[in-house]
Amino acid sequence: MNRDEYQKLVKKMSPKEPKLRNAIVAFLTGGLVAFIGEVIINILMNSFGLARVDSYAWLSFILILFATFMTATGKFDSLVSKAKCGLIIPTTGFAHSIQSAALDYKRDGFITGIGANLFKLAGSVILYGIVSAFFLAILKVAIYG
Amino acid sequence: MASLKFNNVYLNDYFTLAGPMESDSKLKKVNLKMDDYYFGEKTFEKAEVKMQKTVIKGIMEKNKLDNDDVSLIIGGDLLNQISATSYATQNIPISLLGIYSACATFPESLIIAAMFLENKTIKKIIDVTSSHNLTAERQFRYPIEYGVPKPHTSTFTATASISTLLSNEESKIKIESATIGKVTEMGINDANNLGAVMAPAAAHTLYEHLTDLKRDVDYYDLILTGDLGCIGGSIFKKYTELKYNLKIKKHLDAGCELYLDSQETYSGGSGPACLPLVLFNKILESKKYKKILIIGTGALHSKTFVNQKSPIPAIAHAVSLEVM
Repeated sequence: MNRDEYQKLVKKMSPKEPKLRNAIVAFLTGGLVAFIGEVIINILMNSFGLARVDSYAWLSFILILFATFMTATGKFDSLVSKAKCGLIIPTTGFAHSIQSAALDYKRDGFITGIGANLFKLAGSVILYGIVSAFFLAILKVAIYG
Repeated sequence: MASLKFNNVYLNDYFTLAGPMESDSKLKKVNLKMDDYYFGEKTFEKAEVKMQKTVIKGIMEKNKLDNDDVSLIIGGDLLNQISATSYATQNIPISLLGIYSACATFPESLIIAAMFLENKTIKKIIDVTSSHNLTAERQFRYPIEYGVPKPHTSTFTATASISTLLSNEESKIKIESATIGKVTEMGINDANNLGAVMAPAAAHTLYEHLTDLKRDVDYYDLILTGDLGCIGGSIFKKYTELKYNLKIKKHLDAGCELYLDSQETYSGGSGPACLPLVLFNKILESKKYKKILIIGTGALHSKTFVNQKSPIPAIAHAVSLEVM
């Protein structure tokens, strides 16, 4: 049995991940987060008299606060195991990635621990978010002038 | 020189410390249990150091040994620079040999100890090993609380520490022979499927062991692999059959035998402590097996090489135990 045959055997014997089911769960939970967000925005606009743009900022603030609180109390990871990537992709996941790194490295010092590792997971999101925003901005200028 | 036979090496005693999840698993009884992952320390790394210290102290007190009675400690763990062992033994005035074979560290320490004892150069040796789920997660994977969804092939590092006392004095467990494995790599680079990475190494070591000692696979009452997990264990059996034409009837995998299904550990347990924990607190407690071949399996990967897309090399060491 050579390497290729072995790799085929491994592939055959390893259980397949239920990708479609995970995707549907993530779609529904991610959609639920968005729905809750929309509800909060409406409450902010109607009950607190905020403009729609301002209520977006407040919504992010509320979701981030909720996510970091769940991470700090150790509940977020068990939520993720049920909700799959529906909670990782939205802003809740971004807050969670920073908070979990902060918790993990708090004993390693302010500079060498938290400072150096806070954006360990979130760094790629920030970097590639900025890069793609840059190119999209150029594209927008090129098309619409 | 792959296989060795020993005539007068005995495993006299063992001392096991199990983590919070392992205490509630399929194990029968352990010497000590941990209530939480901190074990009274401020960080998980310090907890692992304390775990090793505790089991070394535990076995010495249990057997009424002084520092002068023991000539050597052989040990290792999963942390970078095997720091749990180094820090645990810093205030113990006994010579130390630090070793690393990832999760095959336990059989490796048995083999080295057996060679010293067979030559009668040393009278008493303590072997020690440990793994801690959260220090391993930190070192090899993501931050602990991140909890990213894992595939079903991934394993769960067991939290435990085990020390063993070996000497020439006759006792219930005899170390009869051993085979030192070779590094094997079959092109798998998935760090979430380490069972598949290590299965060929285990199969190869088993084949060499049986060939060198001219034994049939049925010679052993049980072949106990270290931490291939449930999926890796079945790949191991299938591969051994296809490649070496060996049909294993009595095989168990320590990783697969450790946790309950309700504990959601995917393919099973892993880590250097997994094999000795299951061996001492489950297999030997059952008193069903006389001739046991333990095959510790280690995935010798580093995060850097995995990120650079190199296939993961693996090693397996086998030790044959005779239980009186």
